[in-house]
Amino acid sequence: MANPVEQADVRRYAPGPEMAGGLGAWASRFTHRNARFIFPAPAFLVVALIIVYPVIYTGWMSLQEWFASSLTAPKFIGLSNYQKILLGDPRFQHAFFLTIWFTVIAVSAETALGLGMALLFNREFWGRGLVRTLSILPMMATPTAIALVFVMMYHPTLGVMNYLVSLVGLPLFKWTYSSASALYALALVDVWEWTPLIMLIALAGLAALPKEPYESARIDGASAFQCFYLITLPLLRPTLVVAILFRAIDALKTFDIIFVMTQGGPSNASETINILLFNQAFSYFNMGYASSMAVALFAIVMGASLILMKVRRVGW
Amino acid sequence: MVDRQTKALLWKIAFYAAVVVVMLPTVFVFYWMISLSLKPQVEATAFPPHFFWFSVTLKGYADVFAKNPFLLYTWNSLVVARGCTLLAKLVGLPCAQWRQRGLALAILVARIIPGISYLIPWYILFRNLKMVDTYQALILTHLVVGLPIVIWVMIGFFEDIPGELREAAMIDGCTDYGAFWRVAVPLVKPGVVATGILSFIFSWNNFLFSVILAGRNTRTLPIAVFNMIGYEEINWGPLAAAATMITLPVVILTLIIQRHIVTGLTFGAVKG
Repeated sequence: MANPVEQADVRRYAPGPEMAGGLGAWASRFTHRNARFIFPAPAFLVVALIIVYPVIYTGWMSLQEWFASSLTAPKFIGLSNYQKILLGDPRFQHAFFLTIWFTVIAVSAETALGLGMALLFNREFWGRGLVRTLSILPMMATPTAIALVFVMMYHPTLGVMNYLVSLVGLPLFKWTYSSASALYALALVDVWEWTPLIMLIALAGLAALPKEPYESARIDGASAFQCFYLITLPLLRPTLVVAILFRAIDALKTFDIIFVMTQGGPSNASETINILLFNQAFSYFNMGYASSMAVALFAIVMGASLILMKVRRVGW
Repeated sequence: MVDRQTKALLWKIAFYAAVVVVMLPTVFVFYWMISLSLKPQVEATAFPPHFFWFSVTLKGYADVFAKNPFLLYTWNSLVVARGCTLLAKLVGLPCAQWRQRGLALAILVARIIPGISYLIPWYILFRNLKMVDTYQALILTHLVVGLPIVIWVMIGFFEDIPGELREAAMIDGCTDYGAFWRVAVPLVKPGVVATGILSFIFSWNNFLFSVILAGRNTRTLPIAVFNMIGYEEINWGPLAAAATMITLPVVILTLIIQRHIVTGLTFGAVKG
């Protein structure tokens, strides 16, 4: 923003708005004075229509029982849906556990691998640009297409993954085709897609670290491991927490790859809250109950974000 | 005792070996997608798999077009992604210029809200308006993924423009509106292009909203490919061909704007 004096000068000397008369001039004067409200107005409108309205509607719908029928109106049932979520629905509790577990294993693997890769790549070397470019591709590629490729790679008898596993001498897996391993196989896809994001964020963080602590540590005779553990990690922590925050938010909401690859199966082994909620809403048209689950999922994601933001400020 | 030069060379070799090993999974999945799309049926499902030497055929690609209205789906994806991008720019750029922190914050919260919680009200709303299976419904809803990127990344770009430039334009007789679109926006063109491409990609990739709100006439590529899984079973050529064709435009666009992608994905929190 320009300071007020400058703005006043502009008004006095500008031949346009302030001097001229008539309706058009009045309009442009009005626009000028209220520009900071008028310019963002369309965005406000769009946000109100496609974000605020649905959020309020979901909250209201979560208090109703309604099967998306035009013949019967929604029935107000208060907090019963939430009571059911908290106490009476083992399937939701199962989904809740799976969602958290999926996020924990995927994001911790991504953080460990991403940080390791960032440390490896944090130097000048021939091909650095190429590595960066290649790293970006998995996170931008269409998730549906990637999921499809993994469906073919995970095929228990014809897939390349089992061939690679057998080369190393491990027993064969059934990947997404068995309820014991489905969630882990899906987490592996997530790790493949998103480890590069943590790597790139960590790399940006590493580049911004000051040099002095390392120099004095070297003079004091610190080992490479001590440098990493006592200098790099604490200094990098804020950056790393931001990366984890972004990943955790998205991992809790993972939908595409799970829906394409297993649709929650086999026998609910990968039915996270998102998938359960989708089926409740669009297979059973149980709109009220699905809405209350949506609110619950939002609370979970919000809770996780708040915890992580707190971790960013407080010490270890 | 190994002398210093040999030691340095060994380190270098070990380092590059590590780089190759680390990057191998990334490259392999894409390589496998393309190679499956080019293999004839027998070789695609051969076990042990043929890694490097296989006969090349374009039958998979031909099948995709023969069995599905794939061009229509591509057109649908293009219309929706382009529409979403244009609208996001039209609405988002003025908003980013007049940094409305409140709205920007609301949009960040929107990033946290699970996409599926918008979907139930949208579905009911668009069903009542008879707008399910229209481009308008898809474009509007895809704004939820497209608009935040434009607003958040562009705030950073507009902050770098000195306010005097706009004032100068207005002394020369520009209105606020003119000064914005004719002076400020061209100055941040690289940012506009980058965020435009980002929101295009996000819309192009979107599965969740389209799977419910797209119908027979407006089905976009991700949904079309998802539907193919059921039909094709282990006829992998066409599946891999379709996957390759969806991914290709994204890869090209990604290469154009790769500098801005981390900034975009983290909403400007991390300058990539």
